[in-house]
Amino acid sequence: MSLTETTPPEGPRPRVHLSTFDTTAVRDDRIDVAPVARETVFDATNVAVDYGFVRAIEAVTMSIYRNEATALIGPSGCGKSTFLRCLNRMNDSIPSFKFSGRLLYHGHDMYDRRANRVEVRRRIGMVFQKPNPFPKSIYDNVAWAPRNLGLRDNLADRVERALREAVLWDEVKDRLRTSALGLSGGQQQRLCIARAIAVEPDVILLDEPASALDPISTASIEDLIHRLKQHYTIVIVTHNMQQAARVADRTAFFSLDEHQVGTLIEYDMTEKLFSAPADSRTLDYVSGRFG
Amino acid sequence: MSAIADPAHALTPSGNLVRRQFVSRLVLAGAVGAAALAVAVLGILVFYTGLKGAGQLSLTFFTGQLPSYNGVGGGLGPALVGTIELSLFATVIALPIGVMTALFVSEFARPRVAAVLETALDLMAGMPSIIIGVFVVLLIVDNFQQSVIAAAVALSMVEVPLIARATLVSLSRVPKPLREAADALGVARWRITLGVVLPTSANSILTATVLAVARAAGETAPILFTCSVFTQAYAVNPLHSVPSMPVEILTLAESEYPAAISKAWGAAFLLMFTILIVNICARLWLNRSRRKRGL
Repeated sequence: MSLTETTPPEGPRPRVHLSTFDTTAVRDDRIDVAPVARETVFDATNVAVDYGFVRAIEAVTMSIYRNEATALIGPSGCGKSTFLRCLNRMNDSIPSFKFSGRLLYHGHDMYDRRANRVEVRRRIGMVFQKPNPFPKSIYDNVAWAPRNLGLRDNLADRVERALREAVLWDEVKDRLRTSALGLSGGQQQRLCIARAIAVEPDVILLDEPASALDPISTASIEDLIHRLKQHYTIVIVTHNMQQAARVADRTAFFSLDEHQVGTLIEYDMTEKLFSAPADSRTLDYVSGRFG
Repeated sequence: MSAIADPAHALTPSGNLVRRQFVSRLVLAGAVGAAALAVAVLGILVFYTGLKGAGQLSLTFFTGQLPSYNGVGGGLGPALVGTIELSLFATVIALPIGVMTALFVSEFARPRVAAVLETALDLMAGMPSIIIGVFVVLLIVDNFQQSVIAAAVALSMVEVPLIARATLVSLSRVPKPLREAADALGVARWRITLGVVLPTSANSILTATVLAVARAAGETAPILFTCSVFTQAYAVNPLHSVPSMPVEILTLAESEYPAAISKAWGAAFLLMFTILIVNICARLWLNRSRRKRGL
């Protein structure tokens, strides 16, 4: 990857999410691999994760860029979810978890002693494999986090905006006070996305968000991802290669290395990775000969 | 290994299967017998107390002042009111302590600290209640006097481990994805605990509290030395002793007058029946709410 990186400005970043980039540049980017100035959100160098004495991933070096959807694909057990969960320090609650290497978020070391993980997660939201709404009303599901983070002004507007962004508003606007557990699986997952964007994060991590959903719900989630990346940076783990091809600007292929430890094999523009991968293991995987 | 059996043999038990079947039936019979005995004891207790006591129930029995020394006249009104007051005071003390202990153990304590605390709760739950009573005598009664406060402190010591234990179980049932979801929103830990974890298990905690109240209502030993000097009249002042059902049952049952002993049966029936009903209702309600939430 020879992409120019813009250095992040010092001090607190303004919380503006509308892209300052020309969106057509994204399309150009997909065709032309020539360097395009894009802000780096995550910069991982030689990241390795151990659970006790078991090494889960090693030697992962990659950059994730702003307002792009980046897909992590690979066979089961290759560490793609582990890497994703490093990106908002979700692994910290596992007692035996040990992180090594360097992971910068807008230039700040995420695993620095001073980095607060609650603050990290406030900026980097996550949506999980299985929809996990709170056993509260639809409204309270979305309003809970903003309320707790002190974003109480115009809360109803904020909830409506989040639900509209998640393309759920029209389906639930008449029953905001009913339990979220009464929604269908696909609706619950979109509610979880609405809940994540209600606090205006910078990044949204999606851990196989559609794997528990039927094809129609999956399609609506994929549409949503296209829409969301105008405002947010998206990182998505998926088992489904077609899904990666459909939604992602860049794709990273993870697999096991010679020590049977998960690692990054290849990372490139999605079209390039699927049509002309540089590594034979990637070719085997994307052509269905393995995994 | 040789062949297990001759394939041509009829499909009736062969080898040591006859003996194994016999042992199996024996053990099963023992287990069923033991289970039946446990239920039978409860059944006999309820039936016999009902037989002896149900006839005593009347309006005066619920409202009248305590009977005189020979058990004639009066009712158990003051004892009922006193028991309700004692349970209420004890629960007001025990509920916050029990729930917060459980929250600390389940959400904040490191595994080793949590293990120590859990063991301590178990030991406290197994503590003979007479010792709690004596302890409170030394702590409060000796320095002050017999009172509702003293008895409530003693009863709360009985309730805390019950509430904490049950709360722990219900907290451990809060699904992990729910905690992760809250975690991923960048909300502080204690807010997650108050906003998501606790409400999700609120029903179980409430049920546990009701069960603990029922337990406190029936405890005798802790109030024997802490709240047992009372007259026949109604009394509610928390700085003094009040009558209570268990102590009144003891007083009446120790009497040599038949009328008093009959009243003791009536009181025992009333106390037992109320506690049974409360227990059953609380458990049914808990099961229903768990099913509703799919926990």
